[in-house]
Amino acid sequence: MIDELLRPLGFEFFRNGLMVATMAGALCGAIGVYVVLKGMSYIGHGLSHAIFGGFAASSLLGINYLLGAGVWGLVSALMINAVTRRRVLGSDAAIGVITTASFALGLALFALFGTSGRSFDAALFGSILGVGVDDVVAIFVVCVLAGVLIFVRYRALLFTTFDPEVADVAGVNTARMDALLMVVLAGSILATMQVLGVTLIAAALVIPAAVARMLTNSFARMLQLATGIGAVCGFVGMNLSYHLDVQSGPTIVLVAATLFAAVFAVTGATGRRRAAAIAAPAPLPARTA
Amino acid sequence: MTAAPDRDELLALSGVTCGYGREAVLVDVSLAIGGGEFVGIVGPSGAGKTTALRVIAGSMRVARGSVTRRAALRMAYVPQVETINWSFPVTVRECVLMARVNGRRLPWASRDERAQVAAVLEQLDIGDLADRHIRELSGGQQQRVFIARALLGEPELLLMDEPTSGVDVRLRHEILHLLDDLNAAGLAIVLSTHDLNGIAAHLPRVVCLNRSVIGDGAPHDVLTTDVLERTYGASMEVLVHGGMPVVVDGFRRHPPHPHPHVHTHAEAQQ
Repeated sequence: MIDELLRPLGFEFFRNGLMVATMAGALCGAIGVYVVLKGMSYIGHGLSHAIFGGFAASSLLGINYLLGAGVWGLVSALMINAVTRRRVLGSDAAIGVITTASFALGLALFALFGTSGRSFDAALFGSILGVGVDDVVAIFVVCVLAGVLIFVRYRALLFTTFDPEVADVAGVNTARMDALLMVVLAGSILATMQVLGVTLIAAALVIPAAVARMLTNSFARMLQLATGIGAVCGFVGMNLSYHLDVQSGPTIVLVAATLFAAVFAVTGATGRRRAAAIAAPAPLPARTA
Repeated sequence: MTAAPDRDELLALSGVTCGYGREAVLVDVSLAIGGGEFVGIVGPSGAGKTTALRVIAGSMRVARGSVTRRAALRMAYVPQVETINWSFPVTVRECVLMARVNGRRLPWASRDERAQVAAVLEQLDIGDLADRHIRELSGGQQQRVFIARALLGEPELLLMDEPTSGVDVRLRHEILHLLDDLNAAGLAIVLSTHDLNGIAAHLPRVVCLNRSVIGDGAPHDVLTTDVLERTYGASMEVLVHGGMPVVVDGFRRHPPHPHPHVHTHAEAQQ
């Protein structure tokens, strides 16, 4: 039994995939806390789809997909951030148009010109096949950058997430904090796309944060829990993916969803109240006179 | 009329015009705030009270005019409770500690910071609530948490947006007494309020605002029928009770008909 469980560790691609999935889970878990609490779940979902367009274009042009999709993702993230900060009526619709058009462009490019290099299915649904050392390095770098940002700017990020108007008065450059968060979100999506797939990344961002929220009322504890839960789901999901012969993205998400259901059941009314609150972020500071 | 502060000036708005998009909310507003003052800004909905606070706080750019602040002026802002996300996972201690956002880079509080948070919570009588979630508090305790966060930054000027919005009489008294104590200790306070009798009439200085400053001075000088009608565009009467102005809504119901005709069931069926 144990031998069977440990057997895939003998394959380099699996070891790489396991490292990437664990780090991806932890990264998405941590970033997901900010995404969920800022009510940006839809943006995370949209941005992952937008990056797919860059992935397809870079594949078509034969350039490194991390570079091509990275630039594409960065531009998309900053555009979305600009639209969101303007708080214009219908910004959700604008984001929807930008991101789904980018996703559709990616699908069209693949349909017209086929793929070279990276797998179409892997980009959509995640796969451990083809996870190389460069993917491990990429996600490690993004993890370190995100970790440093969260550690060094923890207070400013918390203040900006909780109360942006007062944070602004207190001297926090909230525009820069929002932009940094979007850039890190784009980097996280880019680095985890291979294992999780663009269609499932949103779940990896949202579920660990939602589970953590049900377990605590403290922001610091929520951040720690979501990071740990994400890492465990990535690790367990990747192992299950191998043994069940199911793509890695769906398996990781299903493990997280199962954990969500279990915690939802165990925490009872308290957990339900906290989970419900996630879906109801604070009203934006009104442009009241 | 614009009252000149009789103490060291903390900031001054001079001919400020600003708004959202093309819509001007404040037009040619001039206002000076001195050290240790306690000022209430009153006016109807949409008069520009919150915008004025945002201009004072520096979180809103002005289209015309200028805002001058004393060098290194420390300000703190307490938002309307309606804008707070009470479901956000944050304890009282975490919330108050946000005031030290420009302190050390490490996420966790230093021993000094923990002591300072404990001291300010004690000062506001909520010392035993540090580890509670902000939603688990009463209305008065919640307001105190955000005042505590403001005070931890050791401000010279405290800005509060509608601190008594939607609270009952007892809580309003509690908040007013607390602010009065803080002002007596030297803290300058500017608050916006819609409560003319419960708050504004008790303050040493009232600014009547409706896009521009209609009146500025002591309550008995400013809360007059003429100024209030020009500010609110509605009929208002002012009485004096115990030396304090009491604003009475001038609205009168039409007198009842001397012989009201009551429709009977039989008439209704015809």
